[in-house]
Amino acid sequence: MYFESVSDALLMDGHGGFVWSAYLLTALVLTLILLGPRIKERKILARLKAEQRRNNTPVQGGEVESNAPGS
Amino acid sequence: MWSFFHKLGSPPWLYAISGTLLRWLLPLTLVTLLVALFWGVLYTAPDFRQGNSYRIIYIHVPAAVVALAGYYVMALAGAVSLIWKMKMADVAMKACAPVGAALTFIALLTGAIWGKPTWGTWWVWDARITSMLILLFLYLGVVALYEAYDNKAAASKACAVLSLVGMVNIPIIYKSVDWWYSLHQPASIKFTGESSIDPSMLYPLLLSIVAFYGVFTCALLMNMRTEILTREARTGWVSRLFEPGRS
Repeated sequence: MYFESVSDALLMDGHGGFVWSAYLLTALVLTLILLGPRIKERKILARLKAEQRRNNTPVQGGEVESNAPGS
Repeated sequence: MWSFFHKLGSPPWLYAISGTLLRWLLPLTLVTLLVALFWGVLYTAPDFRQGNSYRIIYIHVPAAVVALAGYYVMALAGAVSLIWKMKMADVAMKACAPVGAALTFIALLTGAIWGKPTWGTWWVWDARITSMLILLFLYLGVVALYEAYDNKAAASKACAVLSLVGMVNIPIIYKSVDWWYSLHQPASIKFTGESSIDPSMLYPLLLSIVAFYGVFTCALLMNMRTEILTREARTGWVSRLFEPGRS
């Protein structure tokens, strides 16, 4: 560890506010782009599942992408 | 080789393989990111001229590098979707835009925060910063253009054209620090010739760049998954995801 103490690491000779706020904001944005799609996917899956249970009729056919031979 | 290319065009295959990949890549990326940032922030010596403020480099440079690389991915996916009408390339292009925008935003934001103690100002209209701002607008432009069209085929064509035209900006960003002398320092890491950065600072920086590539890949794949599910909601393979025994 380069810094002598925790308060040293927080202050960084006066640059601490800049450095830590930059890291905090970055962490915020990264959390947003990593967590956002995950929550969205869960919601879509839950909605589709509920829809399917309501209809309780299997979807016709097993269409997959036409340009995917052998799949 | 060709069968792999064909599989890439198959939504069920892409959905399944991205799920497996994410299960490994996401935790690995987060661990790498934490190690790189702790290393950079707490275990390196301060810069002899800038002091401790330089520690912002461990997020600023990786975010900028990957924001640029992400643009190549988006433009390439746009080209593939434009030329071969490949639907999954279109999905990839659309998924790239918000992630690229977020990384560009991080680069600009941390750059501003770094600029204050180092240059004495949050913002200057120099070539590097202005061209990065244009990159942000290009990414946001693709996001907005997609939403602006009701006809999704037309939307994808317009976005592909926009992202390809925007490629002009990329070499300008790269070369801006050499062409116009300004406050922004030139690149410290070089593929050819000696890097002007000490190895003790270089290694955590490289590790952080790797981690940011991981973050980009994970976010891209997750965006693609939601897009695939939305587009394919009425098909058989999606409804089979909920069959008993497949949670």
